[in-house]
Amino acid sequence: MDINDYKITQISVFIENKKGRFYNVTKTLKESKVNIRAMSLADTMDFGILRFVMDKPKDAYDSLIEKDFIVKKNDVLAIAIKDESGGLSELLKIISDLDLNIEYMYTFVNALENKAVMLFKFEDIDLAIEKLLDENIELLKEEFFKRV
Amino acid sequence: MFFEKNKETMSRKDIENLQTELLKEKIEYAYKNVPFYKQKFDEYGINKNSINSIEDIRKLPFTTKNDFRDNYPFGLFAADMKKIVRIHSSSGTTGKPTVVGYTKNDIETWSSLVARIAAAAGVSDEDIIHIAFGYGLFTGGFGLHYGLEKIGAAIVPASSGNTKKQIMLMKDYGATVLVCTPSYALHIAEVARREGLDIETDLKLKVGMFGAEPWSNKMRQKIEEALNIKAYDNYGLSEVMGPGVAGECETQDGMHISEDHFIAEIINPDTELPVKDGEYGELVITPLTKEALPVFRYRTRDITKLTKEPCVCGRTSARMYKPIGRTDDMLIIRGVNVFPSQIEEVLFSIDGISPHYQIILERAGALDSATILVEANANLFFDEMKKQRQFLDKINYELKTTLGLDVAVKLVEPHSIERSEGKAKRIIDKREM
Repeated sequence: MDINDYKITQISVFIENKKGRFYNVTKTLKESKVNIRAMSLADTMDFGILRFVMDKPKDAYDSLIEKDFIVKKNDVLAIAIKDESGGLSELLKIISDLDLNIEYMYTFVNALENKAVMLFKFEDIDLAIEKLLDENIELLKEEFFKRV
Repeated sequence: MFFEKNKETMSRKDIENLQTELLKEKIEYAYKNVPFYKQKFDEYGINKNSINSIEDIRKLPFTTKNDFRDNYPFGLFAADMKKIVRIHSSSGTTGKPTVVGYTKNDIETWSSLVARIAAAAGVSDEDIIHIAFGYGLFTGGFGLHYGLEKIGAAIVPASSGNTKKQIMLMKDYGATVLVCTPSYALHIAEVARREGLDIETDLKLKVGMFGAEPWSNKMRQKIEEALNIKAYDNYGLSEVMGPGVAGECETQDGMHISEDHFIAEIINPDTELPVKDGEYGELVITPLTKEALPVFRYRTRDITKLTKEPCVCGRTSARMYKPIGRTDDMLIIRGVNVFPSQIEEVLFSIDGISPHYQIILERAGALDSATILVEANANLFFDEMKKQRQFLDKINYELKTTLGLDVAVKLVEPHSIERSEGKAKRIIDKREM
């Protein structure tokens, strides 16, 4: 097994908190025929950080750079959990017990039948993959985001 | 390199004797030819015999920009229009423009002064010089043009505007020297990069002669790195001549003032008394060789300091350091005096920061607020909100320690701060006083 298979490419974009900025990003993605699989927006008064997981991260990255957006690539983990009460809580307890630091997380809706998918940015992704696999946690691979 | 070595390396004593003699002559000349000075000198009881040493210049009254306005357009001219061969003027955005005139001899003098600063920066007749200063009423374009022609260099008078075309010309004609404002030099570098040029192989630039706006040493580093050149500062203002009053030699440690043509003093702008040697204050200049327009003790409003220590280049002239601000661009924010150059120093000391910034001043109720817009780039963007905030807090902290003032720092998208082809617009003051 290659632990790199579990690293999902995430693209982050800096946007100013101004009318139309978010739209410009999505327009660029549409033009390069990239489909957004999951996203989150962290915002402040002045600026926001958009984070995406997409079917074609390379195309997305190149087209955004081309349009002069400020873009960063990062690896995140996609974890499948039971889509029922307590599902997330159970996972977070394990993560907490394993002493893994989460930098941020967001959800990926409508992914699998009876399951929910959460995206996590860990401080140490390699350590997180190793420990979570030991706990039999279901980690999704990058191909998954190309298919759905 | 020297253009007029014997004059540029006179002993301090010879310089002062020459200045004293020229000043006496100029007083007599102005008394006879300019009613404004006749009246002033009578009022102050001044004639050429009042001057026995160079310190006696302090007996003379100052001349200010308002004196130019009050005598608009030609009231301060000492020469007949028949002798005048050129007129330049300021943009006059704040009222009537400041008008200056030149006789044929003045143009000769001016050209030699510019030739001196060019030679000091290592420019020679081998060079191809791209001048991207606006040609027109502004003294920058024609001033540099005539001086560089005197050196025998090949000049491309590109003037301002159409940056992409300017870059094409620089590439195709093989410009080795660039003349423009420092902010425009950075803009050129940025556009060239965006157009896919390799600065090192596509351009042959070696030297930049930049002036007409204040810039910091940090900005110099950025320009030198971005364009792979040595960037030299020069100083001048139309009221006393134009560019060429002072310029850096290859040591880049202060600008040599052509003291056989100008007397430079530093005063405390409030008390109007001389400051101690080496202290900052307002630069006051008296041109000694101008025919069309003799001026005495012109208040430049530029804050700088002088040194008369000998320079390793061999020149004996006093050197002025980069002005750190102007008495009139000093911002008073919540009662704290702030020079935009202080803000620039802090910003440019942060790794990876873009050279484009703007200071926005606003007033809510009775309270001023300052916001500094900085263009974001991949170096300044962190995917985590915590790190992003920490970064902004760090800039904020640095500014607070330097200025003694809390200013907000805001990251904006690339290219959202307006680029200027002339002087950069660094300050947007929205306060209603």
